[in-house]
Amino acid sequence: MGETKANLYSESFQIEGGNFNSAGIVSTSIKSILKKLGIPGDIVRKAAIVSYEAEINVVSYAKKAVVNLTVKPGAVLIDVIDEGQGIPNIDLAMQEGYSTADHRIREMGFGAGMGLCNIKNYSDDFHIASEVGKGTHLKMTIQTPST
Amino acid sequence: MKLSEVRDILDAEIIVGEDSLDLEVQTAFGADLMSDVLAFAKAGSLLLTGLTNTQVIRTANVLDIAAIILVRGKKPSSETITLASELKIPILATKYILFETAGRLYMKGIVGCLPKVETTSGRN
Repeated sequence: MGETKANLYSESFQIEGGNFNSAGIVSTSIKSILKKLGIPGDIVRKAAIVSYEAEINVVSYAKKAVVNLTVKPGAVLIDVIDEGQGIPNIDLAMQEGYSTADHRIREMGFGAGMGLCNIKNYSDDFHIASEVGKGTHLKMTIQTPST
Repeated sequence: MKLSEVRDILDAEIIVGEDSLDLEVQTAFGADLMSDVLAFAKAGSLLLTGLTNTQVIRTANVLDIAAIILVRGKKPSSETITLASELKIPILATKYILFETAGRLYMKGIVGCLPKVETTSGRN
C-alpha cells in the first residue's frame, strides 16, 4: 500500500514542432518531477535522456506531440505521441548514423542518426510505431527497483 | 580536483558558477555532437565542447554534468547563460582548442569518463 501511494504519478506535456528553443523543457520537467518523487538518480537520468532525445525528434520532424509520463511501482513509462510526417522505414530510422536532419538540427548538436538508438539503449523496453502522414508513437519503459 | 584548479589550468573565464569553484571533478568528456554526449558522458563529468547553444545546457542538465568548458574561445549566447544560471550549471570559457584543453587537464589527472567505447553505440 505504502509504496503505491508514494510512487503513483502521471502527467501530460505538450511539445510544439519546429520550436527549436523549447527543445528540452519537457525533459527538464520530467527530470525534476522524478527527482522529487525520490526515484533513484540513474533511473531519473535514463528517463531524462530518452525524453530529451524524443523531444529533439518532435521539434525536428513533427507538428506537435503529447508526452505522457506515468510512474508506477516498478517502472517509469514515457509515451511520446506526435502528429507529423511519420517514418516511412522504421528499420532504416533505427539504424545508427541514418539521418534526414537539416542544418537547423545539426546546429543544435543533433541529427547524426543516433537519437532513436540512444532512446532504445537507455530504455529497458522500447516500442515504436509510425504511420506516414499521421505521426509516430514512441513507448519507453524504464524499470525502477521495486521496494 | 576542484573546479577552481580547472579554471587555473585552462586560464578560463567563469561565465556562470562563481559560487561552484569548490566542486570536485575527476572525469571529462569532449564532443560537439550532443547525441554522443548523451550516449557516453557520465554524471559528474566535465563537458568539453565548442557548441554554445541552449541545447548544451539541456544536455548537461539531463546527464548531471558537473560543469561545461567551452573551448576555442567560444562565447555562449545570453539565453544559454540565463538557462545555465537557472539550472545551476557552471560554464567556463577557455581559449585553448579542444585537444589542448583535454591534454592539459589529462596531464593534471583528469581522465575520460570512459577510456573507449565497446560498441559504436556505446554503453556497457
